[in-house]
Amino acid sequence: MIDLVTAPVLGPFVEFGFMRRALAGCLALSVSAPPIGVFLMLRRMSLMSEAMSHAILPGAAAGFLVAGLSLPAMTLGGLAAGLAVALLAGLVTRSTMLKEDASLAAFYLISLAAGVLLVSLRGSQIDLLHILFGTVLALDDPALLLLGGIATVTLLALAVLYRPLVMECVDPLFLRTVSRAGGPVHLAFLGLVVMNLVGGFQALGTLLAVGLMLLPAITARFWASDLTGLIPVSMLVAVLASVIGLSLSYNADLPTGPAIVLAAGGLYLASMLVGPRGGLVYRLVRPRHLEA
Amino acid sequence: MTGRAGEAGAVAFEGLTLGYDRHPAVHHLDGTIPRGDLLALVGPNGAGKSTLLKGIVGEIGCLDGRIERDRGAIAYLPQADEIDRSFPLSVLDLASMGLWRRLGPWASLKRQRETVLAALAAVGLTGFEDRAIGTLSGGQFQRALFARLILQDAAVLLLDEPFTGVDARTTDDLVRLIRGWHGQGRTIVAALHDLSQVRAHFPTTLLLAREPVAWGPTAAVLTPLNLARATRLSEAWDENAAICARDHAGHGPAHPQGGHEHVHDEHAHHGHAHHDHADHLHPAGPEIREHGHGRHRHRSAS
Repeated sequence: MIDLVTAPVLGPFVEFGFMRRALAGCLALSVSAPPIGVFLMLRRMSLMSEAMSHAILPGAAAGFLVAGLSLPAMTLGGLAAGLAVALLAGLVTRSTMLKEDASLAAFYLISLAAGVLLVSLRGSQIDLLHILFGTVLALDDPALLLLGGIATVTLLALAVLYRPLVMECVDPLFLRTVSRAGGPVHLAFLGLVVMNLVGGFQALGTLLAVGLMLLPAITARFWASDLTGLIPVSMLVAVLASVIGLSLSYNADLPTGPAIVLAAGGLYLASMLVGPRGGLVYRLVRPRHLEA
Repeated sequence: MTGRAGEAGAVAFEGLTLGYDRHPAVHHLDGTIPRGDLLALVGPNGAGKSTLLKGIVGEIGCLDGRIERDRGAIAYLPQADEIDRSFPLSVLDLASMGLWRRLGPWASLKRQRETVLAALAAVGLTGFEDRAIGTLSGGQFQRALFARLILQDAAVLLLDEPFTGVDARTTDDLVRLIRGWHGQGRTIVAALHDLSQVRAHFPTTLLLAREPVAWGPTAAVLTPLNLARATRLSEAWDENAAICARDHAGHGPAHPQGGHEHVHDEHAHHGHAHHDHADHLHPAGPEIREHGHGRHRHRSAS
């Protein structure tokens, strides 16, 4: 009985090296991207990561045009384009009357159009699909090292920036009056977003890189109420989604990136129904109110 | 119109003009807030009270003139705070932010728990430490912000309408707290609307109606004559207001009408001239902002 359940889930990982690599890569991403997503969600910047994931495209495409399907070239290009858009948007926000979402939208649209243009200059439709949907089943050593490195840097940076980052989220005006850390912390955070999107674009493609960042974070909201709960729960959800998505994609012969994100989406829908913090089922029953 | 110039000041203004989009909200203010002062900032809506406090704390740049202030911490309680109350944060954590200057980003908060709890007790929030900030009422939240002010332990405190929407008992508690700070020799500037409160608790008052109307001992400032003048001074925002060519130190009289371009140029340079002139007057204090022609943010005056 147990074998019937565990064999299809764990079997492919035991049997095939490329599945173990895919799992290792996804697990690395699962501990680094969701905490970033938690902060994005709490700052109501969820859709900002979607915009940033598009902003990465021209850099990756430029790397692809220069060096073909080379991981370092595409990663460096993506990082450069993402950081440039984040910095420019931040700069424009601080020096004009535009709000951050508006300036970011402007820059990401420019960036996305440039990216599509670059891809269509050379390379076929298949290449574009490759950039958009990732290469999770073909992770080589450099790619795994990159994902592991990104996860390490992200967790260390979050540990270092945690207090000012929380203050910048809750009360930016207060942080401005007691410290100059606000601006640099915000930029460092945007840098982490870009870095994780580039990592996600390796595993899942730009189109779905946001999925593993945001869906686990949003799902965690139904299970935990404060940061000390939200961050670990979001990591757990991402790990579950990775395992479920990978084995689904192996067993049912589905594309891997979408399978992982759909698994995360399924966990989100289930949590929305039965999650103890504001889940829909808990709204149906009305418990007796308290004395005080 | 001068506060007590010459004395040791916590904050000093020199020909200060603050505003939005070139329209002044505080116009040509000169004077000094002495250390240890308990100053009430009074004036009709749109008089520039909030703008002045924002200027002191460095939130907006000066259109003209300058602000000098002591080096060191300034605690600021804004009228419309930017706090995201839906953020999952406990009251204890919110108050603990006041310890930033002492602890910085990494020092442990655990050892300070008693200090923070004492500050919460001082504002009557014992037992609220683990509540999420989103579950507090308006008055309770204001008490929590005062707990944070206690922990900031600043020499200068700027409070923008701290009792708006707060019930009488909470107001009494918070006024007692402010008087305690005054007793400790801190400098406090509070924008207020309740004149009886000002008369009862604040020894000095600055009556502002864009222009400074009167500044001095409260009883001498809050006269019917001054209050009527403050009300009369227009709070309108004239889209086509002429460029201010008021005489300043070292400058001749205003230019004749019709030479707007020319007057504008003169005005733009006059900030520099003014700085050169003023540098040797106050060599000690740090200048927090250069004149900010064209770089101030678009925000509505409040």
